[in-house]
Amino acid sequence: MLTFPQMGNLERLLGDILERLEVEYMPPPKTTAKTLALGTKHAPEFSCLPLKINIGNFIEALDAGADTLLMAGGKGPCRFGYYAEIEDRILKDAGYDFEMVTVEPPSMGFTRFVGPIKRVSGKSTRQIWKILRASFPKCRGFDFLEKKALETRCFELNIGDTTKALKKAMDILSEAKKPEEIKEAIDAGLNVIDSVSCDKDRLVLKVGFVGEFYILLEPFVNFDVEEWLGNRGVMVDRSVYITDWIGPSAKNPVAGTSDDELAEIAKPYLGHSVGGEGLPSIAHTMLYAREGFDGVIHMFPFTCMPDTIAKAILGKVGKDLDIPILHFTIDEQTGKAGVATRLEAFLDLLAGRRRALVN
Amino acid sequence: MQCYLGVDVGSVSTNLVILDEVGHVVESVYVRTQGQPIVAVQEGLQQLEAGLNQAVDIIGVGTTGSARHLSGVIVGADIVKNEITAHAVAASQEVPGVQVVLEIGGQDSKIILLDNGVVVDFAMNTVCAAGTGSFLDHQSARLGIPIEDFGKHALKAEDGAMIAGRCSVFAESDMIHKQQVGYGLEDIVFGLCQALVRNYLNNLAKGKDIKTPIAFQGGVASNSGMKRAFEEALKEEIHVPEHHAVMGAIGAAILAKEEMLLDPRPTAFRGFGTAKLDYRTTSFACGGCENNCEVIKILVDDKVLARWGGRCGKWEVDHIRRQNLQPVGANCSTCEE
Repeated sequence: MLTFPQMGNLERLLGDILERLEVEYMPPPKTTAKTLALGTKHAPEFSCLPLKINIGNFIEALDAGADTLLMAGGKGPCRFGYYAEIEDRILKDAGYDFEMVTVEPPSMGFTRFVGPIKRVSGKSTRQIWKILRASFPKCRGFDFLEKKALETRCFELNIGDTTKALKKAMDILSEAKKPEEIKEAIDAGLNVIDSVSCDKDRLVLKVGFVGEFYILLEPFVNFDVEEWLGNRGVMVDRSVYITDWIGPSAKNPVAGTSDDELAEIAKPYLGHSVGGEGLPSIAHTMLYAREGFDGVIHMFPFTCMPDTIAKAILGKVGKDLDIPILHFTIDEQTGKAGVATRLEAFLDLLAGRRRALVN
Repeated sequence: MQCYLGVDVGSVSTNLVILDEVGHVVESVYVRTQGQPIVAVQEGLQQLEAGLNQAVDIIGVGTTGSARHLSGVIVGADIVKNEITAHAVAASQEVPGVQVVLEIGGQDSKIILLDNGVVVDFAMNTVCAAGTGSFLDHQSARLGIPIEDFGKHALKAEDGAMIAGRCSVFAESDMIHKQQVGYGLEDIVFGLCQALVRNYLNNLAKGKDIKTPIAFQGGVASNSGMKRAFEEALKEEIHVPEHHAVMGAIGAAILAKEEMLLDPRPTAFRGFGTAKLDYRTTSFACGGCENNCEVIKILVDDKVLARWGGRCGKWEVDHIRRQNLQPVGANCSTCEE
């Protein structure tokens, strides 16, 4: 019985791939305060929050009967590439019996990517390739639905309608299997979100959302900031999507700017990758400023090296390009009040700037 | 007389202010919160009413501070605002042209940068106890001098003793060492002020342009030693507004006034009689999903006034306010022509 970490909609994406691979799987229970408590108990105190939540997810899944853990690998400088190995040791030391399956990115050698999948599924390389190609458009579809919801929520007439529509749209897409079904389901899903009653003439603030991948994608750790802002009539543009990240092209069709373009944009401030989302955080902030966004929210885990570097540089970017940036360093805290106070003040700041521009 | 009420319920103090229509402070009170925000608000309302020597008609109420939602329900607020915005608004009124607001409260501290009355940047510290009023409170108790006299002692010092300000634990052991080798009380007291200022500037002001005029407010601004330490560190004059300890409440009252001008309606104020009502809070675990959130209920006479605490918002009784982008005065009845 295979399981994997929880992260945003990963469950829907991986679920589809694993079903096609005919691998028995169970997603871990949704991340809750209990997951976090389990993770912090077993993980090193100085490690970043994603590791702690991964471990919590795995423990809850192992307790529920999973025996094989699927984890992504990677190569530095971000510590994430090392997490599968660390999690394997921590959980074995804690007395759990399981097999860790680490899928490395194809850039580290194709066999290290496909080998582990072959082992758990018993399928040939050719079959796996076919399955991934069949599933990928559907995975992309989930990202496009999320993006659509972000563009819609700030205009909705009844708070909560878009969130309901998004869930319905995702459920429709989850059912689709064949290429033409997937196409139809994506269109149907987009239509569901489009039919939310909206006041498109309302003036809205536009905020870009940059930072570390896991924090941006997992609502449990980012205090549901996208929905929080959307409910208050603020349009959010997220810079990171799952399929952009795992897609081999590095063209990032969902967010809209390729890795090469991002590197070129960031050059005046940072000439090389620092791992993780360090460079993209800077490049996307610059893009948001150029596109006339009102502000940028930057979130990353405490002790995250790449985005800590980005934070230092963003101070200058914000000043030079005259765009307000609100930073959040995310750790084990679950109290929402401090985050809400800063967010509310930030929105007041942005609204004040907008009014000053108009007057 | 028609007036506006501002309520600021923080972790250490609860402040209430009545402003007249032109923004002058008619009456203000300062009560210790002592972990009981509802009782503190009721106590404050009672004191406020008792201190009034003329009849006032409250036509708008604003609440702020960490218990702003709770106190908003208790008093019946027309607007609930975060304390950063409230402090900035109050400083703009009390210190014309203010560009930097230094605010140090009991459990947190903030810096707010303004340009032409518009907030352009802010930072808030709640993680480091060494950068807040509690640090001085604790050390003054250790030294056996009342916190009210702290500033007086600090002003007598020639130079402060060098005390580590990075962390309150290090500061305390450093302070004990300095005492043991014979430093005078004045030098140690001022050294603590300097340590707090260093911590504050390192934590919050890093990379920010500190332009004048600078306002210093919050409970800690009563401490003249802190004012001196800021002036020496920044080499600029520091303004401590007359009502520095209740600036959050003043800001809330000003925001209430703006709100009522923008959207004229009868106030939601529940009256000074609120002080005598029996408010109760209870909590329950939702159980609707895996999160099992703890939801808080606020009741008066067994009637539910408000509920909150869940992640998904299904229990929330009060409605979410959308960010209003209308230019100030767009719907304002007083400027209709």
